[in-house]
Amino acid sequence: MSETTLQVDIVSAEGAIYSGSVNMVFTMGISGELGIAPGHAQLLTMLKPGPVRLLTQGGQLEEVLYVSGGILEVQPFGVTILADTAVRAADLDEAIALEAKQKAENMLKKKQDWMTYSTAASELARAAAQISAIHYLKKRDKL
Amino acid sequence: MTQAREISTKIRSVQGTRKITRAMEMVAASKMRKAQDRMFAARPYAEKIREVIGHLAKSHPEFHHLFLEKREVKRVGFIIVSTDRGLCGSLNTNLFKLALNSILEWQKKGADVRLCLLGQKAEAFFRRIKGEVSALTTHLGDKPAVKDLYGIVKVMFDAYAQKELDLLYIVHNEFINTMRQQPLMRQVLPIEPEERTTQLDYYWDYIYEPDAKEVLSLLLRRYVESQVYQAVVENIASEQSARMVAMKNASDNAKQLIDDLKLAYNKARQAAITKELADIIGGAEALNG
Repeated sequence: MSETTLQVDIVSAEGAIYSGSVNMVFTMGISGELGIAPGHAQLLTMLKPGPVRLLTQGGQLEEVLYVSGGILEVQPFGVTILADTAVRAADLDEAIALEAKQKAENMLKKKQDWMTYSTAASELARAAAQISAIHYLKKRDKL
Repeated sequence: MTQAREISTKIRSVQGTRKITRAMEMVAASKMRKAQDRMFAARPYAEKIREVIGHLAKSHPEFHHLFLEKREVKRVGFIIVSTDRGLCGSLNTNLFKLALNSILEWQKKGADVRLCLLGQKAEAFFRRIKGEVSALTTHLGDKPAVKDLYGIVKVMFDAYAQKELDLLYIVHNEFINTMRQQPLMRQVLPIEPEERTTQLDYYWDYIYEPDAKEVLSLLLRRYVESQVYQAVVENIASEQSARMVAMKNASDNAKQLIDDLKLAYNKARQAAITKELADIIGGAEALNG
């Protein structure tokens, strides 16, 4: 592996999303935007939902992927993104957990609807992040 | 002729059954391949996350995290992954037997048992068993998303975090190959860190954002989720291949039955013809005589 490239693996629990060597990675960490070049110090951070930009072939080509949050691990020679498969919100998780509990409680009865505000809120966050990725792509293609 | 007609009705009905079992065999075969692909696709994530947790646990011996520590076992949780539908041989029966043995063993030791059930078969079976069911999910379908599992994972994970559980097992079918599936029980929590044979060359640690504890607890949650997801996907692959084999056996048996019935039908038909001929000849002879 040469010193000017990073091995990038983006995996989610449901499958691999991207794998390849790139020159630089840009993404949204929990405490701000991150730019990772080869030789970066070991870093472990949570990710915000948003675009991941990958510069390939000496910075000439750019790929944009969308992740809905997750964990980013940086080693000097490579980057791994453990991507979430969907946008997570604490209260939404709570709602789903409650449903599973309730279902167990009335194993014989019929279950009810639980689509609530939190579902809508998390859907909205996801849509917004996707839109920002699309906007970015559009802007880039124009230039 | 009545006997022959009865047999031919029977033949037609068995042929109908055979068509269905053949179709189910084919469907199961194609679903199995897809399930297998999903199973392999889920592996890199689980491996990577384990690696990072291993490193974190090693480089921060000062925080004995809740999920890595062994506690005295008073309450045991079981996540039992079963299928929604039957017609898959002894797949579920064997699995429940394994789970039940372990449950009874823990109960004998005086431990409380909490169950988390996936699939209708488990629901039907464990309804009759003593033991608290704390979460249930059915109808996950052939393509479950990790999203579908958040609920039950959270129930068990939180129970563990609040020390309502001291040990968490997952029971599912292990996919060995198309012909073989094996019930498997694994410990999910506490995580037993892998013994690293090669010592690190030099000490290094991550920069954490926002901080090590938070990242670790997120990692652990994702780890448990991916473990459960993998178990579910593997169970689906097992279900489909077990169904494929069961349906193949059923089709073969039906074929055998059809062959036997055809022989019986021909014999009956021949007997009827011979009898009729004998009657005619007898009649003719009586006239001539």
